[in-house]
Amino acid sequence: MGPLSSAIGVVALIVLAALAGASEPGRVVLGLVIPYAALATFLAGICYRLVQWALAPVPFRIPTTCGQQKSLPWIKSARLDNPSTGLGAVGRMALEVLLFRSLFRNNQAELYERRFVFGDSKYLWLGALAFHWSLLIVLLRHLRLPVEPVPQFVLALNAVDGFFQIGAPVLYLSNLIVLGALVYLLLRRWRDPQLRYISQFSDYFAPLLLLGIAVSGMLMRYGAGADVVAVKRFAIGLATFQPVLPEGLGLLFWIHLLLVSALAACFPFSKLMHMGGVFLSPTRNLANNSRIKRHINPWNYPVKTHTYAEWEHEFHDKIKAAGIPLDEEQKNG
Amino acid sequence: MADERLKIESVPPKSDWRDPKVEFRKGTFCYSAAGKHLEALDLPNPREWQPTDADWKLPADWKQIILDGMRERLKKYRSFRLFMDICVRCGACADKCHYFLGSNDPKNMPMVRAELLRSVYRRYFTPAGKAFGSLAGGRELTEEVIKEWFYYFYQCSECRRCSVFCPFGIDTAEVTMIGRELLGLLGININWVTKPAADCFRVGNHLGIQPHAFKDSLEFAAEELEEITGIQVDLPINRKGAEVLFIMPSADYFATPHYYTLLGYMSLFHEIGLDFTYSAYASEGGNFGMFTSHEMMKRLNAKIYDEARRLGVKWILGGECGHMWRVLHQYMDTMNGPADFLEPPVSPITGTRFDNARTTRMVHISEFTADLLYHNKLKLDPRRNDRWNVTYHDSCNPARGMGLLEEPRYVLKRSCNNFFEMPANTIREQTFCCGSGSGLGTDENLEIRLRGGFPRANAVRHVHEKHGVNMLACMCAIDKATMPALMEYWVPGVEVAGVHELLGNALVMTGEKERTKDLRGEPLPQPSMAQPQPPAAEVINA
Amino acid sequence: MRDRVLIFAGLSLFLALVTYPVWQGLAARSSTAGPVLPATAAGQKCVAPRDVMRVAHMEMLMSWRDLKVRENQRTYTAADGTVYTIDLTATCLTQCHGPKEKFCDSCHAYAGVPAVNCWSCHTSPPAAPNPGELR
Repeated sequence: MGPLSSAIGVVALIVLAALAGASEPGRVVLGLVIPYAALATFLAGICYRLVQWALAPVPFRIPTTCGQQKSLPWIKSARLDNPSTGLGAVGRMALEVLLFRSLFRNNQAELYERRFVFGDSKYLWLGALAFHWSLLIVLLRHLRLPVEPVPQFVLALNAVDGFFQIGAPVLYLSNLIVLGALVYLLLRRWRDPQLRYISQFSDYFAPLLLLGIAVSGMLMRYGAGADVVAVKRFAIGLATFQPVLPEGLGLLFWIHLLLVSALAACFPFSKLMHMGGVFLSPTRNLANNSRIKRHINPWNYPVKTHTYAEWEHEFHDKIKAAGIPLDEEQKNG
Repeated sequence: MADERLKIESVPPKSDWRDPKVEFRKGTFCYSAAGKHLEALDLPNPREWQPTDADWKLPADWKQIILDGMRERLKKYRSFRLFMDICVRCGACADKCHYFLGSNDPKNMPMVRAELLRSVYRRYFTPAGKAFGSLAGGRELTEEVIKEWFYYFYQCSECRRCSVFCPFGIDTAEVTMIGRELLGLLGININWVTKPAADCFRVGNHLGIQPHAFKDSLEFAAEELEEITGIQVDLPINRKGAEVLFIMPSADYFATPHYYTLLGYMSLFHEIGLDFTYSAYASEGGNFGMFTSHEMMKRLNAKIYDEARRLGVKWILGGECGHMWRVLHQYMDTMNGPADFLEPPVSPITGTRFDNARTTRMVHISEFTADLLYHNKLKLDPRRNDRWNVTYHDSCNPARGMGLLEEPRYVLKRSCNNFFEMPANTIREQTFCCGSGSGLGTDENLEIRLRGGFPRANAVRHVHEKHGVNMLACMCAIDKATMPALMEYWVPGVEVAGVHELLGNALVMTGEKERTKDLRGEPLPQPSMAQPQPPAAEVINA
Repeated sequence: MRDRVLIFAGLSLFLALVTYPVWQGLAARSSTAGPVLPATAAGQKCVAPRDVMRVAHMEMLMSWRDLKVRENQRTYTAADGTVYTIDLTATCLTQCHGPKEKFCDSCHAYAGVPAVNCWSCHTSPPAAPNPGELR
């Protein structure tokens, strides 16, 4: 059900955009109503989810330790994989967020004649890293549209991304990489029987939506073309609350915009929230200093225990017969 | 090695993961907890039932109880809420679970195990799930789902191996702990966890050993040690004013091969003249409360600090145990601290301050011993262990909930001449579970234990064949209890020992008689044989 | 709770970054008018309709380069049959659009598109042709 229904969903969005983009009222909805609504949903939704996470306390300090602890001074500890200080935890998080440290550990278990072999398997790491970084670069490059004058760092990024100056318009490497990585990740999900077993609608919908966005964007750049000046005027209008619908925004543009709006609106309510969640994981962002610094549980409450006095009372005679000292005697004696 | 039971299919079944139906086949599940044990612990809904019954006699408002329980825990644990929200099902965890590797049941993939709970969370607690149901990955909460949870949350040993590989650090142990708590609200527990917890609560230890029998056990061990070494050791029990309180898992004084580790502790403490005491009240370091609920964990753990306070010791030393150390390291101070009645631990022999335990004030015995060895305070004759080619199994909890990796290795390498590591992807933070952790080390689920232990056994077999390894050293009471069977099944010819058993073998004690036997009472290698022998396999290869 | 402060600080930073185009645009009073181009010379007609040129002038210039430099073909026949000499400086700019600084660069700077390699070979005419229709 997953792959088919999500593909239908994305195609339906594309058809919708194509139909609506052909008429003036449709363009008003596509160009003004939906983007504002989607952006508002995106921002409010993300705030809501983060506040919800933030309000839930972290009652226990539960880092997953992935290296030697800091104990005796002559034993070298793993400062990043098992940090004992806040700074170390920041370093661990940086590795996690920027380089996907944990995914880098990935290996693949294969059974050869009842013998497990754990081979390195870096493709998922590579695919994920390539996808996320190139997506970020693509997003940053888009800043040339709603911002006037174009910020210097965006120009620099464009220059680096288009370093090889292939064709006109110049081919951006990030476009190729994001497309390749997306296709790899989708195929991996589709072809790996274990992944396919658990994959759900949203597991296909989000990457397909992204694929639709990437393809429509690339078609605008490398295929049918787009009136960039018109797009920029539209983007500035949207960003500064003085919306305009200039002539020359083509069909591909409306498709691209609707898919982006759909992604933004879904974002806070889907697994895409892993973007924010990765920062909050208590198994990663806490230092392993449980025995060094007391961690406070805000809802720690008294519980019923079996006290020594109750225990001594129950086993009094046996304790006495065994010659184990009793509290009672020590008090009296 | 041909074994009909290990037919591991490589393709998941055609069925949909949303279908909660499970078959309770003998050998794969644990028996339910008897009502009387639940009553002893004031746990809700005690009754008599078995997983194979069609009717589990759930309370009438069971659904509300579960949903309320989830709501409460979503508010109390950021980990739970987050782990319900952010999984992208990338699959990095799938082949990291030993139960999945051994059974190929796709619901044993960590992401699916969590998804069993997550789907219900989505359906009842998220806007998308409420609006779109199964399209948004939601699933109705039915009695079948409860049975499925029981089956799979008691096929997870909370070992955290998946969490090492998860790009978001999602920890299935956390999900399983909450899942078991929720089941517990309906009176669904397993006997192998709840009975020990009830015994620990009332009597002081999981095995229900009463104070006089506790003393008998220690005395018996001391007699045996005297026979081997010619040295009589002290047995201080509940002694006030001692410097150190020593806590160990109860299996150490009641089960084999744990027992030999106890002889190791006794030799060590005697040799260095440690001013310490055992406790018959806090006679359990392990904590089966951890496998029941956070509250039960706290209730059972409380007696350690209480006893330390009562006895007026300065600090606490803890023996070899796995989940015991997860609780002591990551939970005890938060739950039952502050330990302001104790002092920051200082080794009375070397003067080393254990700064890494300065607020919890409890030191792991391998940290303590490694420090002694580093300062050359012990005289060792590692040739006494020459009949063993040793490898080391990192126990899940000290490895992934603490990072205790080098200390035991240091002790082992000083105590043994022949030490060989297993392959890198199966040790240290990537260590494989014994297959019986988190209260699953019982008899009725033997098949799933052997399946779950298969990846570990496989790595042992590798070094057994390559280096002639015949001794699997470990540092966890559950390992010691369950791995002999695992070895016997998969790698015959490999025995299991605690780190301090091997240390005890090698320890040259002041005034000892001529040693002819090791701590197992078996003959020591003859001097002529004491030269390290090249392992058989290497001879053949050469 | 210290970690909440951190989380909310992080969230604020994220919101500030995401809404950068909004507050930057408001602060800079960005206009939606777009670049104003100089008038073209009176009585001239472009090689292709304006809509096509806006979207595809780069492809046309690339093909002109290939025609002239690699295939030695020095004229271009437009859709309406008019024959033009292939020459960016002499034909397009000198006869019609004027110096590149006022024509090409206005849109290119606006859209943040560096003009790939044109000006390492071509020169820009110093002055605008006769003023004509505002384009």
